[in-house]
Amino acid sequence: MQLIRNLGRSALHSFQRLGRGNLFLFHTLMGVPQLFLRYRLIIQQLYSVGVMSLTIIVVSGLFTGMVLGLQLFNTLQNFGAEQSIGSVTALTLVRELGPVLTAIFFAGLAGTSLTAEIGLMKATEQLSGMEMMAVDPMRRVIAPRFLAAWLSVPVLALIFSAVAILGAYFVTVGLLGLDSSVYWSQMQAYVDWHEDVVNGIIKSIAFGFIAAWIAVFEGHDAVPTSEGVSRATIRTVVHTSLSVLGVDFILTSLMFGG
Amino acid sequence: MQDNEEIMVKIRGMSFEYAGRKIFDNIDLDIPRGKITAIMGPSGTGKTTLLRLIGGQLRPTQGSIQVDGLEVPKLSHHDLYELRKRMGMLFQSGALLSDINVFENVAFPLREHTKLPESMIHDLVLMKLNAVGLRGARALMPSELSGGMARRVAMARAVTLDPTMIMYDEPFTGQDPISMGILIKLIHSLNRSLGITSIVVSHDVAETASIADYVYLVSGGKVIEQGTPEQLNHSSSEWTTQFMQGLPDGPLPFHYPATDFRDELLSGGRG
Repeated sequence: MQLIRNLGRSALHSFQRLGRGNLFLFHTLMGVPQLFLRYRLIIQQLYSVGVMSLTIIVVSGLFTGMVLGLQLFNTLQNFGAEQSIGSVTALTLVRELGPVLTAIFFAGLAGTSLTAEIGLMKATEQLSGMEMMAVDPMRRVIAPRFLAAWLSVPVLALIFSAVAILGAYFVTVGLLGLDSSVYWSQMQAYVDWHEDVVNGIIKSIAFGFIAAWIAVFEGHDAVPTSEGVSRATIRTVVHTSLSVLGVDFILTSLMFGG
Repeated sequence: MQDNEEIMVKIRGMSFEYAGRKIFDNIDLDIPRGKITAIMGPSGTGKTTLLRLIGGQLRPTQGSIQVDGLEVPKLSHHDLYELRKRMGMLFQSGALLSDINVFENVAFPLREHTKLPESMIHDLVLMKLNAVGLRGARALMPSELSGGMARRVAMARAVTLDPTMIMYDEPFTGQDPISMGILIKLIHSLNRSLGITSIVVSHDVAETASIADYVYLVSGGKVIEQGTPEQLNHSSSEWTTQFMQGLPDGPLPFHYPATDFRDELLSGGRG
């Protein structure tokens, strides 16, 4: 009986949070149009959320590409198909790894930073202070951060994929002796702009929306204590990662499921 | 108490519940215009909650809260924010924005609500900072300020838009005697020179009573007693005497409600 009661309580709590999250998203989106008149707020956040994530995205993209190139070369060589490495690498990165890994890295770095920042602003009464100065924190604090995070993810995903393709090129062509023209020509021949690149960008736009929403919501919904903020940052990483992986499966089925 | 013209905040039959606990139970309260009104009571009686109710950050479960004739809980988002431009609030923590310096913190309301030229913002901010004695600290970040300095900056910020009313939430808590003296002087001079209606929430009896024109004592969700500091100091009520004189035990028990101590010890922790 106690088990059923706990399950019910847990389900109610989850639905309440989902409801709060949706209302929160509605209020955030209502604040977005006004931001185009105050574009400096977006630029500031694009810098702190997007530009500051660039290093980790470039470094992780480079190593992901290098590892991918090495593994694919060894495997495809067994079938005498190492010439197709350029196309396989590009398709894997542009369709899947670029958008998914970027969103997960972004959640771990910028997402947790946004959650902690907003959570601490709540804990130190900065958000309440703004309200009492007749400044709506949803418009002044939340909306610019949400929009900047959302816009950053697709751009970072493109950079991630481009750097990873260069990383794979460096390993397969530079170190393992694959012909450079084969690498690029295979990529040109088999990667379709609309089918692969545009679908990859659409995916990263969807993942950016999810990562941005979860990061700012968790910060705003955090219990205003040090432990509460700590738990909120953990939830940001876990919820974003799981949501991105789940949505990726749905989008892949719709886009490439035949 | 006074006629409507002289009352800035009028609370009637107001109740407020939070998480199933009744914080206020059908209270009536008037804050006179242009005076310093103190709301005092033991910790945890909802004094800060009362300020949030007046500022519209919380909605009462029932009853009416009027500020300057406007029914706060019924105001639209836009009208509430317009009303707040005429209110200032000093938070216990200062609530300064931690990523900008002292100057920018004080300039923040001006930048958000006015289109004044930069030179005018500069002069206005320096005037406000000078009034609280911190013009020289304008380049410091909030993390570099002492608790007393942070509250003085917050006070400068609270008066930047020339409000008609300021709410002070525990302004003296954790302050050294000098900082406390400065804050008392500032609250008093802001009220007397600019005629700002001031609500001071505090449990520092002597300090608050020294500047308050009128005092409400709040406990257990009710207004226990009200009057001038002089009247309360000579009150015949045991509760008021205990609170005003800081006696450790009395009608307000020293112990938080609990089961019988002897029974609890004898149960060996099984109860």
